[in-house]
Amino acid sequence: MRAVMLGSVVVAAALIAMAFAPAAHGRLPVVAAASDLQFAVEEIAAAFKAETGMEVRLSMGSTGNFARQIRQGAPFEIFMAADEQFIADLHRDGFTRGAGDLYGVGRIVMMVPHGSVLAADGNLETLAAALTAGRMTRFAIANPDHAPYGMRAREALRHKGLWEAIEPYLVLGENVSQAAQFALSGNAMGGIIAYSLALAPNLEHRGSYALIPEDWHHPLRQRMVLLNNAGPVAEAFYEYMNGASARRIMERYGFVLPEG
Amino acid sequence: MDWTALWLSLRLAGWTVLILLPVSVFVGRLLAYREFRGKSVADALVMLPLVLPPTVFGFYLLIAFGGNSPIGQFWRANFGQQLVFSFEGLVVASVIFNLPFAIQPAQRGFEAIAKEVREAAACCGLGPLRSLWQVELPLAWPGLMTAMVLTFAHTLGEFGIVLMVGGAIPGETKTIAIAIYDRVQAFDDGSAAIMSAVLLTISLVTITVTFWLSARVGRRLG
Repeated sequence: MRAVMLGSVVVAAALIAMAFAPAAHGRLPVVAAASDLQFAVEEIAAAFKAETGMEVRLSMGSTGNFARQIRQGAPFEIFMAADEQFIADLHRDGFTRGAGDLYGVGRIVMMVPHGSVLAADGNLETLAAALTAGRMTRFAIANPDHAPYGMRAREALRHKGLWEAIEPYLVLGENVSQAAQFALSGNAMGGIIAYSLALAPNLEHRGSYALIPEDWHHPLRQRMVLLNNAGPVAEAFYEYMNGASARRIMERYGFVLPEG
Repeated sequence: MDWTALWLSLRLAGWTVLILLPVSVFVGRLLAYREFRGKSVADALVMLPLVLPPTVFGFYLLIAFGGNSPIGQFWRANFGQQLVFSFEGLVVASVIFNLPFAIQPAQRGFEAIAKEVREAAACCGLGPLRSLWQVELPLAWPGLMTAMVLTFAHTLGEFGIVLMVGGAIPGETKTIAIAIYDRVQAFDDGSAAIMSAVLLTISLVTITVTFWLSARVGRRLG
């Protein structure tokens, strides 16, 4: 009994010590980045740290959700969106410092896991055939309501005239990373995801992909912007994004870069 | 393995337990001993977070504590930062959402103390505070321990609310549950597996301790 009571006291003391311990990370600036940048921006942040000794924290998610959170006062210092419309709206409403910079144009691909009955073809012919033959099971895209890559996937499917037919079979990822996860986990026949994700080392061995023609959808003009509370480290990272090292990494992940 | 996220979750759970311990003693005791008008309503309010979807609660928190709300603006004016998307905001959410896990077992613990025992303590001239300290707490402690253990474990696992009001900021609002979600999306199955195993172990130990403690309560009653 006494031992148990003593044990409780020790546990309680540990709890108190833990609760009052300082945050491990201090106040490094937080970059909110669209999920299609998952791998590219991680690499850029690592290169930034190696070159400058400065550090940023990354928060990955859907562009639409981040825009919402920024309006609610989220303490991000840089916002890297997958679609510049969200930046324009935030700029209009006074949440940003300037109109930002275009940092890349993204592409979408059709990607299928190994062993899928679908073939990866950019013209979506096998997808159309599978729909006609009634062999369709599940197909993944990002949520077209708030994720730019989901919106473009919907446009491409509409362009091909497949949207109505495929809608009942869609599984929607909360962002394009999750869509990729759904598409390649073996639980779906494939999906339409970001080219930048298909090129990532963690994904490329999981399936095959093909680029969807870029005139099938509005361009994924990706813009970044400094938010009102951006500090010097965030400004340095923003500059770095426009520099040669970052551009090389972005190119490797399949982004078409703006003139610069 | 994301140590920052695990550490953050442990700190969040620690704060939640610290804040809820006195609350559970006070409210649990009140609900156990007193009969008053609207007690069923009070009981129901305490239990509400148990059945309320985390998204509903998260939505209300966003609206109530967001930058445009009076509470959000008050917080910003006085503490210089936003309540949502901050560690403090997570603590507030966590405290509210853990009310049933903290108060219910504490209430059961106090209810298990026979009325005669408390009356005897009062007859012997013990004031309410000394009665609490010398008679009730030593008898009710398994209930209180259960409450704190459950609260701690439940906080580590909370996902929905954190996703909605957290913003997944490393070291601030990216808890271990969010980190697992994040790693799965990054196709980093190795890290996700390790972190999941850590959470599974903690949950299993917690539940075992809880059962062991409630068995002790049972013996005491019998």
